[in-house]
Amino acid sequence: MLDAKIPAGPLDDKWTDYKGHCKLVNPANKRKLEIIIVGTGLAGASAAASLGELGYKVKAFCFQDSPRRAHSIAAQGGINAAKNYQNDGDSVFRLFYDTIKGGDYRARESNVHRLAEVSANIIDQCVAQGVPFAREYGGMLSNRSFGGTQVQRTFYAAGQTGQQLLIGAYQALERQVALGNVKMYTRHEMLEVVMIDGKARGIIARNLVNGELEKHFGHAVLLCTGGYGNVFYLSTNAMGSNVTAAWKAHKQGAAFANPCFTQIHPTCIPVSGDHQSKLTLMSESLRNDGRIWVPKKQGDNRKATDIPEEERDYYLERRYPAFGNLVPRDVASRAAKERCDAGYGVGTSKQAVYLDFAAAIERYGKTEVGKLGKDNVSQEEVIELGKEVVKEKYGNLFDMYEKITGENPYEVAMRIYPAVHYTMGGLWVDYELQTTVPGLYCLGEANFSDHGANRLGASALMQGLADGYFVIPYTIGNYLADEIYSKAISTDHPGFAQAEKEVRDRINKLMSIKGKQTVESFHKRLGKIMWDKCGMARNEEGLTQAIAEIQALKKEFWSDVKIPGSINEMNPELDKAGRVADFIELGELMCKDALDRNESCGGHFREESQTPEGEAMRDDANYMYVSAWEFKGESDWELHKEPLLYDVVKPSQRNYK
Amino acid sequence: MEHYNMSLHLKVWRQNNSRDKGHFENYKVDGISSEMSFLEMFDVLNERLITEGKEPIAFDHDCREGICGMCSMYINGKPHGPWKSNTVCQLHMRAYKDGDTIVVEPWRANAFPVIKDLMVDRSAFDRIVQAGGYISVNTGNAVDGNSLPIEKDKADASFAAAMCIGCGACVAACKNSSAMLFLSAKVAHLALLPQGEPERKKRVVSMVAQMDKEGFGACTNTGACEATCPKDISLSNIARLNQEYLIASLTADK
Ligand SMILES: Cc1cc2nc3c(=O)[nH]c(=O)nc-3n(C[C@H](O)[C@H](O)[C@H](O)COP(=O)(O)OP(=O)(O)OC[C@H]3O[C@@H](n4cnc5c(N)ncnc54)[C@H](O)[C@@H]3O)c2cc1C
Ligand code: SF4
Ligand code: FES
Repeated sequence: MLDAKIPAGPLDDKWTDYKGHCKLVNPANKRKLEIIIVGTGLAGASAAASLGELGYKVKAFCFQDSPRRAHSIAAQGGINAAKNYQNDGDSVFRLFYDTIKGGDYRARESNVHRLAEVSANIIDQCVAQGVPFAREYGGMLSNRSFGGTQVQRTFYAAGQTGQQLLIGAYQALERQVALGNVKMYTRHEMLEVVMIDGKARGIIARNLVNGELEKHFGHAVLLCTGGYGNVFYLSTNAMGSNVTAAWKAHKQGAAFANPCFTQIHPTCIPVSGDHQSKLTLMSESLRNDGRIWVPKKQGDNRKATDIPEEERDYYLERRYPAFGNLVPRDVASRAAKERCDAGYGVGTSKQAVYLDFAAAIERYGKTEVGKLGKDNVSQEEVIELGKEVVKEKYGNLFDMYEKITGENPYEVAMRIYPAVHYTMGGLWVDYELQTTVPGLYCLGEANFSDHGANRLGASALMQGLADGYFVIPYTIGNYLADEIYSKAISTDHPGFAQAEKEVRDRINKLMSIKGKQTVESFHKRLGKIMWDKCGMARNEEGLTQAIAEIQALKKEFWSDVKIPGSINEMNPELDKAGRVADFIELGELMCKDALDRNESCGGHFREESQTPEGEAMRDDANYMYVSAWEFKGESDWELHKEPLLYDVVKPSQRNYK
Repeated sequence: MEHYNMSLHLKVWRQNNSRDKGHFENYKVDGISSEMSFLEMFDVLNERLITEGKEPIAFDHDCREGICGMCSMYINGKPHGPWKSNTVCQLHMRAYKDGDTIVVEPWRANAFPVIKDLMVDRSAFDRIVQAGGYISVNTGNAVDGNSLPIEKDKADASFAAAMCIGCGACVAACKNSSAMLFLSAKVAHLALLPQGEPERKKRVVSMVAQMDKEGFGACTNTGACEATCPKDISLSNIARLNQEYLIASLTADK
């Protein structure tokens, strides 16, 4: 069932060779080929713009009121590229190697190498579109460093990199809309993939403003629908982020790969109470300058500023002297959990650690004093100057922290705790980004392809744009070249009617339950099961329990959920109910996958598989594969394994000590 | 930070759809923690309404981090509420005290018809961008990112304008419902960069024309937009826009 279609030949040449030999579609035929793109975040907007430019007829869909609002907009820290502008030893190979290693040797070499190869083109493309990246005084692009690497290859626009990149892609997309090459459907939610003769041929979408179901044909369908972190209820994802599109595709035959690979980000603002609706990320870039610590004494209730230096435990610097505060995310998150579980946590909930800028402020202050050539400067002045520098670098993040917590992080150490952030798992795709369903492609966070068991910071934006700008324009041609004789199928075809009926029946079923419990309450309960038993640490007993609990929750949902309003109107609760129903099913599969993988790798930590010092222990002999799950029926999946072959990189235990 | 609980009186605009006339409805909410966000307070109220068998209040939101521009509530006469440089999703309840009355309405502007309750249709903004808010460069056409140095000051100024989140608060704040701050931010973002140069004149003329077509009002330099903008988009962008427009209309090759 799984043919990754990895081109033959040396790793360095695969992509070039592929491009040189893939089939092409001539311009006159492109105009006759229709492509549906679901999702217009970085992956979808870049794909829609590029395919529109090529001359294909594109229809693009998103559930927000404008493509500019996709969740990609929230990315803060930056985007990686192997430009080596800093002359610090970066190269395509190093970016490739870091990504493979950071992913704990659970990603496909060929895909990751291609990603590193096109990374530089992404920066060029974005600059040409007018993305105002940060620059040095000489006018050149500026870089910063990010976790899990030892070079500076991250491009950024203050703390709003995702916003600037998305606006670039959005503008390119709107240009194609204006030219008539792309038709944009906002406030639409795709609810089914239409299958005709074994191929994906369209979608059923619900117009969220009036509740009407619509049928749309495409010679190919691209899902660019983002990640599913909201299965945990609380995450750093936007409120609307969901798995529905990918899940519907999964039920139509698309294998779901590595569903349990979840990234828990180490630096988020801690939960403040039961009312919490989402969690806010504090960019990883803060770890460049902030130092993470907890008191050396358990249950220490003193204020951070009252705890003297020698009574602080800078546990990352202690455990991982080589990388210190810049260890990869999974390592940093587990270390925070370990300290808090052991009773060293801070704040009222004790589920938090400090991220402290005092040392950085002083260090920068002294540098400034040096620049000004002053002596006899008071400590206060040094601190003031240092604060200015920190403000310039992280001002918007500090403001955000203060708005949420009411505390001033220039004066008191920030409190942070890990939170669900990104999902490495997703629809299985081959080298061409095609799922196991012919004609159905998956791009961006929604696919599983490049990050293995852990994603390095600043590489999701890179992947989304690589997929959309530079990969799909080639690989889709290879499929569509054989479709030039297929006429557009009328949406009166029974395949469409059948799919539409299924969607309608399901909506009717949801609305007819008329139970007593709200959608939100089910979502919260699912999230709690997932966080407690399929979160930062997992074990056989917990996962087995979780599966039983989720199955019970599913029954309860389908017999007691309460959805107000009606079908043929705007009804956000109904939209949410459909998404939560899919999350429940996905949650079960995630636990099943986590149970199958009795090793620790990347973000997946099985308590049964650790070293005596508590570090994750991979098991390459037994688990060097991608788990691709085929849907068979209710609570029934078949596992297919794609073996991972490392021709170039020699897998070793990751060591950040 | 000390936290406290409060009870509040809410007066919220309810409107079934764009054809409905709409009206205010009163709600009392109890047990609201000062640590909640304003939207979380609405979540609490909506959960209660659903449990009581009533229709929850529809409002737009997504990121809840002040960056997607989706949230849009007009609170006690101010778009996004009382805090400066802030979106409503980032407004927290410690801005209020026990017993306060809060009036919540949608953005009001002819160019932003109400869809339901507090949700409005801002697709006019997308159409303004379609009219020229981009640089016409196809994928694959780009030269090396460092081949064209850009003065840091210019890059920073361009970025400051590009921070606009397209929320529409500027329109809601303006007595004329003018979209000039939004439009000027886009024009400035692109005009300040060398990459934006070739289409500079055409862009400003056609975007202004589209803005007028959408039914936004004229700008009378009141500055309410700047005061309310969550991203501190500066009025100086409007001055730049006027200048760009003037130059473009004076020179023939539009
Ligand atoms: C707070 C935060 C900060 C981050 N910072 C960084 C960073 O600094 N660097 C980095 O590299 N990565 C970062 N990431 C990760 C990165 O932002 C995301 O992985 C990436 O943007 C995902 O892009 P995407 O295009 O795949 O999906 P998204 O941007 O999530 O877009 C999904 C699209 O699909 C649409 N959609 C979904 N379902 C449907 C449906 N059923 N019907 C119709 N439309 C649908 C949505 O409307 C939307 O348009 C961050 C993530 C978060 C949460
Ligand atoms: S200029 Fe400010 S208020 Fe207006 S849309 Fe942009 S961010 Fe919102
Ligand atoms: S919800 Fe995104 S800006 Fe408020």
